[in-house]
Amino acid sequence: MRGITVIELVREVRRSYALVERNFNLIKRYIGWEIVFLVYTVVNTLTIAFIGVNPAGGGGGGGDRVLYLVVGALLWGFLSVLFHEVAESVQWERWEGTIEYSFMAPMKRLSYLGGVCLYAATYGAVRTVVVMLAVVSLFKLDLGSANLGAAFVVLLLSSLSFIGVGLMAAVLPLLAPEKGSQAAHILEAAILLVSGVYYEVDVLPAWLQPLSRLSPATYTLRAARAALLRNASVRDIGSDLALLLAIGVVLIPLGLKVFNWGELHAMRTGKLKRSG
Amino acid sequence: MQEIALECIGARKVFYIRKETRPKVKPSSEWYTSPGEGGTGGQDIAQPGAGTVEPDAHAGAGEGEREPGTGVGNGCAGVRCDGNGGLDIHSACNGGPDSHASRGTGTNGRHRGRLAVSRVVATLFPKSVKVEAVSGVTFSVKRGEIFGILGPNGSGKSTLIRLISTLLLPDEGEIRVFGHDVVRERFAVRRLINRVSVEAAFFKKLSAMENLSYAARLYDVDIRWARERAIDILKRLGFSESKAYEPLEDLSRGMQQKVAVARALLTSPVLLLLDEPTTGLDPVSKREVQDFVLEVRGSHDTTVILTTHDMQEADRLCDRVAIIDQGRFVALDTPARLKAGLAKNGETVTLEDVFFTLTGKALEESRLDEGDYSD
Repeated sequence: MRGITVIELVREVRRSYALVERNFNLIKRYIGWEIVFLVYTVVNTLTIAFIGVNPAGGGGGGGDRVLYLVVGALLWGFLSVLFHEVAESVQWERWEGTIEYSFMAPMKRLSYLGGVCLYAATYGAVRTVVVMLAVVSLFKLDLGSANLGAAFVVLLLSSLSFIGVGLMAAVLPLLAPEKGSQAAHILEAAILLVSGVYYEVDVLPAWLQPLSRLSPATYTLRAARAALLRNASVRDIGSDLALLLAIGVVLIPLGLKVFNWGELHAMRTGKLKRSG
Repeated sequence: MQEIALECIGARKVFYIRKETRPKVKPSSEWYTSPGEGGTGGQDIAQPGAGTVEPDAHAGAGEGEREPGTGVGNGCAGVRCDGNGGLDIHSACNGGPDSHASRGTGTNGRHRGRLAVSRVVATLFPKSVKVEAVSGVTFSVKRGEIFGILGPNGSGKSTLIRLISTLLLPDEGEIRVFGHDVVRERFAVRRLINRVSVEAAFFKKLSAMENLSYAARLYDVDIRWARERAIDILKRLGFSESKAYEPLEDLSRGMQQKVAVARALLTSPVLLLLDEPTTGLDPVSKREVQDFVLEVRGSHDTTVILTTHDMQEADRLCDRVAIIDQGRFVALDTPARLKAGLAKNGETVTLEDVFFTLTGKALEESRLDEGDYSD
């Protein structure tokens, strides 16, 4: 029984790889657009970093300020790619008209979504590293007091929670084929607003601040900045890491459950088929 | 909801219509009787409204003229049946899908050797409008048979294919694919089937080979074997190898459809669902695809469900044909018997004539139907 389970697990992992390979093949075919998006992201991050060098009105600029903003831009870049790729995987397949074929394959949905997440994390990480190298090459950022190991742990745990959010957003196009994707973008924008990507959340209006506590990005950014700007150890940021882990542990199974429910709903109402 | 069900006892053949929904069709009773060509063993047309559906009840009752495999008394349909009503191993599938050796060992013995669709009702909600796309359809298809479904646009053909391929949940009724229930055993069913849809659904920026590699990996087919097999199939379909590496968006619709056929056959399905597979193909390509379907059935004993608007195609390929209109089967028999049923005074009748008579529509009209939700 155990042997069968291991074999089946290996097969499912191989099936997951289908999604990774397919999406990287698509990147090759859309290489022109990939370069455009990458250049735009690099320039956008540099622009944000320059705000830190010389803030409007003067004063308060400097290395830490730049790093503060760059950390926000890089992390948001990574997390938004992760969220986008997961949340839009279904919408994309609906648009291409391949969703029925992919969903008809003898593949567990967990494997399908696992493949999407694996690709998203790899793609997001590669893009983030490229952007980071560009920023580091332009600015003399002092990472001497940065705890890179702790920052990596933050990135890992926040990925779990964002995958969970992405899975729940991925179901939206199944529930509302024409409006689901738009709703996912609104959710992403709301997370950007309330999570303190470029500012502390206490500058938000009082009525918005409770929302920041619901966003995993808030804890990600707080913990990452502590690690990179103040050399905080894993223990120092333990409470934020625990929260991120808890969010991931709750959201991923919940996201899968919601996705399965959405898929069944689409199968019951005939919404898997692309229309328009 | 009054149904008329007439049965030719020897042939186990039943045609039925629903009176109130088919006002245009008033065929005489002779229409529904077999021309008396002898028994058609294993025709297995279940009887709507006639009590418990037992799709297997007629297995092995005789020998059919065009039956793909003579019933052997225990429900086996294929010539390489394993004796238990299960399925054989695809001998030509070296390195193919993992499931070849074990596929088809159905959990329900009554249905192991066949596809059984029993009183299926399916409602769709396109644009929030409730549409009953399939209404109480019942039939069964034996291993190795090519079963055609003809009908106007919006008649429920593609919905039926989607139901069988686990992409839609029926509201009522049951579908068993070689013993496996499409709702409760979706995963097992998915291992047995593949489908070609009328629209060649691909990542069009990717090449044929990249799309086929993706499909092979989804079905856990050995990738090296799959690539070689893909080239073989594509060549057999008249698709040059050099085109296999070009983006599909640069290829004609006919070429894309050939890739769709190759994709479905790559996984050596036990049940192949072909939803208007030759739409958009030129006559030569159409013939190549049809020949290949016959070849696959001959060499692999694959069961095929084919929906088509092409009456000549149905006549050429199908062992039996069902005509569906407004979600209901209005006729089901071999093409020869359907035509014979309409012929009077020795006149030549085509399948198109039969279609026209039973659906009350000309073929061109049916193609132009609006409000096509269920297809």
